[in-house]
Amino acid sequence: MMSIDWSGIKLGSVHQAVVVENLSRTQVIQYAGASGDYNPLHTDEVFATQAAGYPSIFAHGMLVMGMTGRMLTDYVGDGRLTRFGGRFTSQVWPGDSLTATATVAALDQCDGVITVDFEVVTRNQHGETVFAGYASARQ
Amino acid sequence: MTAPRFPIEAGHIMVFARAIGDFNPVYFDPTYAATTDVGGIIAPPTFVQASAQYDPDYPLRPHAGEPWIGSGRTASGKPPRRENGDGNVAAGGTGLHAEQHYEYYRPIRSGEVLTLSARLGETWTKEGRRGGQLQFRETITEFRGSDGELVVIARSIGVRTSQRVERQ
Repeated sequence: MMSIDWSGIKLGSVHQAVVVENLSRTQVIQYAGASGDYNPLHTDEVFATQAAGYPSIFAHGMLVMGMTGRMLTDYVGDGRLTRFGGRFTSQVWPGDSLTATATVAALDQCDGVITVDFEVVTRNQHGETVFAGYASARQ
Repeated sequence: MTAPRFPIEAGHIMVFARAIGDFNPVYFDPTYAATTDVGGIIAPPTFVQASAQYDPDYPLRPHAGEPWIGSGRTASGKPPRRENGDGNVAAGGTGLHAEQHYEYYRPIRSGEVLTLSARLGETWTKEGRRGGQLQFRETITEFRGSDGELVVIARSIGVRTSQRVERQ
């Protein structure tokens, strides 16, 4: 995959990617099947609305983090992350579109190897933050 | 309970990558993957979450012969038997995943078998913005390779509330 030009990276550099458009219930179910987490809040519209009182099912936080991770690995390259974490700050609903952004927060070079710290934010189509975190990568 | 071991299978990586919308061929095409820096099929950064598939008692999937918490004849089945490793309880929607943190020591490779050990971290409570107590619980899971070497450390924070969860 296309990845970062490590020598061109600068403090404050921003990389952004749309990681899902119009999230489908089917993709949430697909994630349930792959991850093994069939929590009915994510997979069962009847349970989520009638038993739990939510407006619909909503995405696993880990689906949102997984989609955010794709933005990072497309940017830094395969197998280069050393840290990735964050908070799930708002629910993600069917129909949402998400944009993930990585901003270079720190740069270091040791023995010719560049390490980068990113601030990571994923927002929905209303500009609300749904995931707020960080990542680090090694050249 | 947590999965004692997590066999890393190429087909599982493929369906997991599809589910997160990641079509990078390093996750499914061995010929392509052999040409990359990592030299073979690896797992995406959040793949260790799928180790739940190997937890024999994982409460967030149906188990043979046991009632399920989701809808059937009625909107709600029965509450889960226990909490899962994330402190992520399904009943009535009172438990959710609040934070997730990973430290990576090397890529996870198709064909290897990881060994897991999980321990409870800190627990704390906070007053919710809309009232009610928020109970936080941290779980730390180490994933090790066949030589006992650290591959990934996952730190998960689950939150339980006394009422329906409104995030933030």
